[in-house]
Amino acid sequence: MSVLAANKPAYDGQTLDLSGKSGARAFKNTLATVLIVLAFAVALIPLLWILWTVISKGYSLLFDANWWSQSQRGVTVRREGGGAYHAVMGTLIMGLITAAIAVPIAILGAIYLVEYGKGTKAARAVSFMVDILTGVPSIVAALFVYAVWITVFGFNRVGFAVSLSLVLLMLPVVLRSTEEMLKLVPDELREASYALGVPKWKTILKVVVPTAFGGIVTGVMLGLARVMGETAPLLILVGYSKNINLNPFDGFMGALPTMINQDRTELALEPAADRVWAAALTLILLVLALNLLARLVARFSAIKSK
Amino acid sequence: MSSPDGTAPPDRPADGTPAPQAEPQIEDLVVGEPAGPAPHFEGLAAAHADDQPTQAAAAATATGPKLELGPVGHLGDRLFAGLARGSGGLVVAIVAFVGVFLLALAIPALADNQSSFLFSRVWEPGGEEPRFGIAALFYTTVVSSIIAMVIAVPIAVGVALFTTYYAPKRLAAPVAHAIDLLAAVPSIIYGLWGILFFAPILRPVIDGVSGALGWLPVFEKPTGDNVGVVFTASVVLAIMILPVVTAISREIFAQTPIAHREGALALGATRWEMIRISVLPYGRSGVVSASMLGLGRALGETVAVLIILSVPNGNDPWNSSIFAGGETFASKIANNAAEFDSPEKTGAYIAAGLVLFVVTFLVNSAARLIVARSGPGGKRPRRNRSAGGAAAKEGAVA
Repeated sequence: MSVLAANKPAYDGQTLDLSGKSGARAFKNTLATVLIVLAFAVALIPLLWILWTVISKGYSLLFDANWWSQSQRGVTVRREGGGAYHAVMGTLIMGLITAAIAVPIAILGAIYLVEYGKGTKAARAVSFMVDILTGVPSIVAALFVYAVWITVFGFNRVGFAVSLSLVLLMLPVVLRSTEEMLKLVPDELREASYALGVPKWKTILKVVVPTAFGGIVTGVMLGLARVMGETAPLLILVGYSKNINLNPFDGFMGALPTMINQDRTELALEPAADRVWAAALTLILLVLALNLLARLVARFSAIKSK
Repeated sequence: MSSPDGTAPPDRPADGTPAPQAEPQIEDLVVGEPAGPAPHFEGLAAAHADDQPTQAAAAATATGPKLELGPVGHLGDRLFAGLARGSGGLVVAIVAFVGVFLLALAIPALADNQSSFLFSRVWEPGGEEPRFGIAALFYTTVVSSIIAMVIAVPIAVGVALFTTYYAPKRLAAPVAHAIDLLAAVPSIIYGLWGILFFAPILRPVIDGVSGALGWLPVFEKPTGDNVGVVFTASVVLAIMILPVVTAISREIFAQTPIAHREGALALGATRWEMIRISVLPYGRSGVVSASMLGLGRALGETVAVLIILSVPNGNDPWNSSIFAGGETFASKIANNAAEFDSPEKTGAYIAAGLVLFVVTFLVNSAARLIVARSGPGGKRPRRNRSAGGAAAKEGAVA
């Protein structure tokens, strides 16, 4: 019996047998190592497999100049040709409108939580609501906008309605990440600014926000990446158009997720399948580019803490 | 230098924020300039740019960001505070509006409903006598998400331990990023890949399990070669929530106090024993809350499930087996968007959406409660910070 066991260590109920490196202990250790490395390998398989599938099936069309400059107007599932210009533009337009609405509210909301409301009941209420919003499934957000925009106001299904529902999804992501970044800004900077007689709002705009700027940009890009890949709101709130429509307030609009969805039932036909995978690859590249850019920004602008 | 320093202090409302007495009307204030030279604080007279010592100005450009300070603007302060408060209020208003609005549209439909909303499996929302219930949707949603969680959590914990305590330092960060990349793949692509490439290889698993345990209704295998079943959807959902659960677990495992870990090692513990007695107990509540957040994700996932699950129909009626098709709340709503032509029908789907909203909310709240109650390691004073970090991480991985 080991000394430790006699002393009854307080490892909440677990006793640890440390009687020499017995075969059983060494075996358990090796087994754990194997299992953990295996878990990692298992996690990597789907990632590599998905990337391989999409790249190998979708890359060829991406080198075609038409892919980036033409729409699918007049192209049927049995015919080759056409491009994804309409869908790429639709995804970008809806994403940017979403960002234009969500980002100011999110940043100001985060400023309120960190700079003005800290510790107050009102701030706790806001924070709680942000938590709720974080958990809202995209389909519920879409359903809500459908109920307001179409059932109540009687408007048509248009791109702007999609943006409105995406705002609900993007807002909490950007708000939370901005809040975390603002919290990291050292109080010394604020105090130094106040000591120089700078008013609070200018301190926030010219000292606090610039210090946290990189982190805020990262949050915005990750939020944008999240909403651009969303499909559910597109299915409910706007029809898919094969034509180029750059007006978010009128008519159906193409988008990459709905372009994939449109032809996914016709995958037996080669031209349709090619387009589906090429659209999928385009979407992944777009989202991935935003993600990587966000991480780069984060790396080069991290707040230096002592 | 066009600072409007002509506006005199007397203009300032007396009630405003506590302003310093002799408010310096200064231009070109510099943050980080060493030991502010006297001229900066000489008062109103020093308000001209010409009065600034030139070395100070030079130092200013060299040392840090330049601040252009007009007179202390209470108006600006009030406006900005108002904007910030307004945005906070807007968030509250939006959430309240979403809840109230969905409820308001769901109630008339529920009032007209001829069958039990909670316990019926029928879904015929239109017509004179609408009948709809969420029992089947609820079952499929919860079962598929729980299976996803059960599959994802052990792997996520393994990956988190690998990146924190097993991988070589140089490898750890790229590995962590690679797993985070899984979160960047749009869900429609998971759906397509899941049904076309992944489902066929699950076929033997389904056959094996249903062959051995098929006498249980949950594992019973319906006739036919359907691969668009709940189990397939669950495995794909597990892959989709893996990055979230991994990221939060990783964060918390990495925070295990070094004294705990080195204490264990100093007693002669192997690496696994060190993890079992110091890292895992410390991170337990974090892992539980990460799992709940993952569960919340799985519950609301729409398009991947929509693509994978085959909808029960006349030939293939609803079945409680996880090897049969089905519909979740989200896939039901998305699948029937074309049916939203009358307020009654829409109301039925909104009622279903509302239930999904409430279930997701309860699961997420439980996750947050666990973090707030115990935090990593139990009684650490730093728990609030960690909880915030976990929440932010969740956001970042989204």
